[in-house]
Amino acid sequence: MSATETIPAPDTAARRGPWAEVFFSLLRSPTFLVGLGIVLFWVACALFGEHFAPYDPLADDIINALAPPSGEHWFGTDQIGRDVFSRVIVGSRDILTVAPLATLLATVAGTALGLFTGYFKGIVDDIVSRILEAFMAIPVVIVALLAIVALGTSKATVIVVIGLSFAPIIARTVRSAVLAERELDYVAAAQLRHESALHTMFVEILPNVIPPILVETTVRLGYAIFAVATLSFMGFGIQPPSPDWGLSISSNYGMIGGGFWWTVLFDALAIASLVIGVNLVADGVQGALND
Amino acid sequence: MTEKATNALELHDLSVAYRVNGRNRAVLRNLSLTIGQGEAYGLVGESGCGKSTVALTVVRYLPRNGSITGGAISLDGQDVMKLDAEALRRARADSVSMVYQDPGKALNPSLRIGRQLTEIFELGGVSGQAAEDRAIAMLNRVRISDPKSVMQRYPHQLSGGMQQRVAIAMALANDPTMLILDEPTTGLDATVEAEVLDLIAQLRRELSASILFISHNLAVVSNMCDRVGVLYAGMLVEEGPTDRVFSDPRHPYTVALLRCLPRGGQRKDHGRLDTIPGFLPGIGATIKGCAFADRCALATERCRTELPPLYELDDGHGGVRLSRCHYHEQAQALPRATPSDVAAPARKEAPAVLRVEGLNKTYASHGHALRAVKDVSVSLKPGETLGLVGESGSGKTTFARLLLGLVPPDQGGTIELEGKTLAPRLENRSDDQIKAMQIVFQNPDSALNRSHSIRHLISRALKRLAGLKGAALQARLEELVRSVRLTDRHLTVKPRQLSGGLKQRVAIARAFAGEPRIVVCDEPTSALDVSVQAAILNLLADLQSKEDVSYIFISHDLGVVRYLSDKIAVLYLGRIMELGPSENVFAGPHHPCTEALLSAVPKLDQTETARIRLDGEIPSATNPPSGCVFHTRCPRKIGAICEEKEPPLSEAQPGHSIRCHIPYAELARLQAPKQPVPA
Repeated sequence: MSATETIPAPDTAARRGPWAEVFFSLLRSPTFLVGLGIVLFWVACALFGEHFAPYDPLADDIINALAPPSGEHWFGTDQIGRDVFSRVIVGSRDILTVAPLATLLATVAGTALGLFTGYFKGIVDDIVSRILEAFMAIPVVIVALLAIVALGTSKATVIVVIGLSFAPIIARTVRSAVLAERELDYVAAAQLRHESALHTMFVEILPNVIPPILVETTVRLGYAIFAVATLSFMGFGIQPPSPDWGLSISSNYGMIGGGFWWTVLFDALAIASLVIGVNLVADGVQGALND
Repeated sequence: MTEKATNALELHDLSVAYRVNGRNRAVLRNLSLTIGQGEAYGLVGESGCGKSTVALTVVRYLPRNGSITGGAISLDGQDVMKLDAEALRRARADSVSMVYQDPGKALNPSLRIGRQLTEIFELGGVSGQAAEDRAIAMLNRVRISDPKSVMQRYPHQLSGGMQQRVAIAMALANDPTMLILDEPTTGLDATVEAEVLDLIAQLRRELSASILFISHNLAVVSNMCDRVGVLYAGMLVEEGPTDRVFSDPRHPYTVALLRCLPRGGQRKDHGRLDTIPGFLPGIGATIKGCAFADRCALATERCRTELPPLYELDDGHGGVRLSRCHYHEQAQALPRATPSDVAAPARKEAPAVLRVEGLNKTYASHGHALRAVKDVSVSLKPGETLGLVGESGSGKTTFARLLLGLVPPDQGGTIELEGKTLAPRLENRSDDQIKAMQIVFQNPDSALNRSHSIRHLISRALKRLAGLKGAALQARLEELVRSVRLTDRHLTVKPRQLSGGLKQRVAIARAFAGEPRIVVCDEPTSALDVSVQAAILNLLADLQSKEDVSYIFISHDLGVVRYLSDKIAVLYLGRIMELGPSENVFAGPHHPCTEALLSAVPKLDQTETARIRLDGEIPSATNPPSGCVFHTRCPRKIGAICEEKEPPLSEAQPGHSIRCHIPYAELARLQAPKQPVPA
């Protein structure tokens, strides 16, 4: 017997865990850091906006209506004299509540669906995948219209509509990752322990498909912000008197013709910067996970 | 270059480092070697010792984080370090060629073979028909019988062996002065490996090229090379004429490495293999003294503090021999790291633990029936090992998966475990039946869930298979971990933090969690270095004698199979061609298919016997040959009967069955060692 044989302990000090590795690689990525800066700025505005906004975003001041940008009103005022700068700052709140919640819903539903179809493959996969594809073919706006007719306008409706429209896209990504994982021997080993399908899906496979889910989620968050703004603009989403960006653009865009560009431009830039910020974060995460 | 330099390649004091986490870590340390014109030089060593780095450094092809930190490289008299980008490109195009391990990756999947070959000649200024003619000539040179049709094909339409021939043809296209072969046969089947090695040996005689042959396989190097260098931790530890180094090693590392190989019919009941304790120093480790000192039982204080120079030895056989050991005269006195003695288990008569009767598996492949396993019947006693051998595609792994219930067999066959018939599907088997049959997979990276800690991996198996909980589970966990010679400190880490050998130990512990009756070992050591392989084989043998478990052992390495197996089944196209006690199958007389497999194995002791080579490829299982499926490649085909009638698997001797039309006595006569035939 070779009982005397000794095996040294693994050298744990020299190696960091995989997530620590990703974290350090993110800290070295300028793309991620710039994106994160932008996103954190808007998150700060959403959380504490009213404390540093110079005016009450909802307070009207008809005498000063449609004042151009000046030292007093940096971004000017809108048609009933509300301060555009304050409205842009506080306007981040609703979109930054609705879009992440919608993305979270999409991620949870999409992950469950993707695990399910990828794990069972075969006929289950064929049927569910076809249904999801059909669902993806319907434009979000149509779904939103129908949902609003059925459920009435509210933030919850927007969350459900966007969440469910994005779920199939996330499901598709998760499914393809699960199909690859499923072929690995640890899944066969789980079967050889008579593990339940749920255990195999959620305990064995799920932790290994977190990276693609993370990437897809951050990418979807960018689209969700855009979708929320679009729905608000069309009047299906966030309702007045919220200073929401999409809503503000919608109620002011008629003014552009009159030369009152500041009532629209700053809200539009805010949406653009937040989407870009989130996309930079997504790029950074993707890069770090693929290293 | 008009005049030839005296040496094709000279490395002088070469040091290479890789930059990892902002620190330069030494990979090669003051490496000096020379390869003469027309010489074949073998570089051997375990993974991580820097073999491939040598190959990359010679053509300055290091990855971005690699840098040459010192020394000189001279290729055919040219100082490679001083070449500018253009001259370096020319040198790579004209004088050096490389062949890598995986031909599938070396060939462009979207270009036809012809295009890839003519491209090389076009770079040299030959174009059109002339380039095409030369490409065909090259393919002829690497013994491709139908070059015109191969030129029209895409890489994926060729088998691995053919792809490697094409890669060699491409490497030889410019008549290089230096040919670097980096593990050229490692991914290939033994029979194909033998063909490719034969080809390289023949080409050596035709060409003037010098060869740097890199391999972890000592036997392959011993058959191919004039001189060999043994690399350890980026240092040359021993060098000399191949036959001398392998028959009379003078460095403890070489001695130990050779002892790890199961050789000369060594079997588990004769003794354990020797192992090398400890690990290779990590890259960039600071090494004071001899790099091997920590693992060497002969090491003294001097070894730990004073780096041994390369001593020049005279062993009385001529030729320069070098050894980097202070005590090179005593190297062979290296005590064994693992005691050899074993108590031979008392063979008792017991009813079979496993009985397989008429097992079949047919897959549907593009509308054709693919018979992956056909009519296989075997039985296995407790404590016995059944070795499954055969080329890839012969149905070994499918058979294992059928047994385990991972894939359901066709209707009709039966699998009996301890007298009870098993359900074809895993889901329908009882928990007791499940835990009685477990598997150790080939690739632990795939078999161990990378998200879970080692503790979780093993405890989960104990919970599910042994039904343990709480303190009982903890106690058994500790016992199990000790029995595969891991320690508590390994439990907290994730699989990626362990080396290949340690991961495989975890996989073995997991398979043994439920005290199985049968463990299927699917090439458990093929991804491991020889020293680690020896330790794993010992472990399997120890566990078997302790637990009286039976193994179904799948391997392409016949030495390994022979070490562990009591019985051997030789598979070809899903059929058992020969089945019998290990000793009989190896000693012969055997089926011509077994004979060919055995003769394909490169052996360390260069006793050149009449070698049998299998031509062509294993036929497609969707359209197997008529009659005896082996007749298309059989070197001993006797005539029309082989093509018309499938021979039965008939018992030639008690317990030894052969599926061949040639009578047993005739096989014995044909396969007897060649003697001069009286006229």
